[in-house]
Amino acid sequence: MNILIIVPAFNEEESITGVIRDLRKYVPQAEVLIVDDGSADATTQVAREMGAKVLELPFNLGIGGAVQTGYLYAYQHDYDIAVQFDGDGQHIASEVKKLIEPLESGRADLSIGSRFLNPGAYHAPIFRKLGIRIFSFVLSRILGMAVTDSTSGFRAANRRAIEFFSRSYPDDYPEVESLVLLHKMNMRMEEVAAAMRERTSGRSSITPVRSVYYMTKVLMAIFIDLLKKVR
Amino acid sequence: MDLLKFLAVMGSGALLVIVVELIRRGKLKERYSLLWLFAGVVLLIFSTSRYLLELISHALGIFYPPSFLFLLAFFFLLLITLHFSVVISGLSEKNKKLAQELALMRQDLKNAIDGNAIAIRDGAGERP
Repeated sequence: MNILIIVPAFNEEESITGVIRDLRKYVPQAEVLIVDDGSADATTQVAREMGAKVLELPFNLGIGGAVQTGYLYAYQHDYDIAVQFDGDGQHIASEVKKLIEPLESGRADLSIGSRFLNPGAYHAPIFRKLGIRIFSFVLSRILGMAVTDSTSGFRAANRRAIEFFSRSYPDDYPEVESLVLLHKMNMRMEEVAAAMRERTSGRSSITPVRSVYYMTKVLMAIFIDLLKKVR
Repeated sequence: MDLLKFLAVMGSGALLVIVVELIRRGKLKERYSLLWLFAGVVLLIFSTSRYLLELISHALGIFYPPSFLFLLAFFFLLLITLHFSVVISGLSEKNKKLAQELALMRQDLKNAIDGNAIAIRDGAGERP
């Protein structure tokens, strides 16, 4: 099976080298595709120097639009499996193997790497944790399966899911929303326990007020997705 | 004709003339102009005939006829902003598709150029 690893990157010139190096080492059979989402820094140049394929977006589309560009590439170049892998270094290359196993054995159309399947393994900030709990509860009801880490961007899609994502992939909260859309398409999903690195540098701007606002928006997006026509 | 009526007719007439002129010069697409033309015509009708305005207002149970005009204007603005939201959504979707297509084509082009460079090195391929 040919595997494409889609790495969305926005101003990641610092971490992209390590990401590509790790992926080459642990998933040598896969092609690495960087999607540079309109970075202002040298992300594209650094990745090209390492010999990775780079899709360079002319301006910032946001995570949804960037990841979808990767799925379009996977679809057009006939890849069987596409893995989503963050460019900031929080995902761990040696975990990819576990992630694609349910697809290779034909059990699922999409597999999701979950930080929380192994309890106590990952320490998220309290408000983030609460938000993730609430999404998990709502999504588990909608999808009829346990979802422990709905905001995880560490995923793998088979040909069926690639084809669907290349046509329609949500822009606003793609990780959570895409699960609802896949469910409406009757696709099978499976969570896989996956370790992730905890963010070392700052950037976590989650305050109580903001996280409530964020949760409300995501929950609304979920309910709108339930009303949406998908094909 | 009283001054108020004169001003109202002039105002709604001016709106119609401006809309038509914008369409004529190609600055406003016909498909976006229908609502504006409709608004201009309705305003013109009510400014020429206060009787009609009063008749409809009373039929609807509105005591103060001008407030019926405000209501109409409010609905019109609501409708046109909704229309704009739909148009903007469509445009941003198209914009996203264009950006994605551009990124994919750049990569395909780079592949083709690199492939040709290798072919030249190996004694085949077309020299630019």
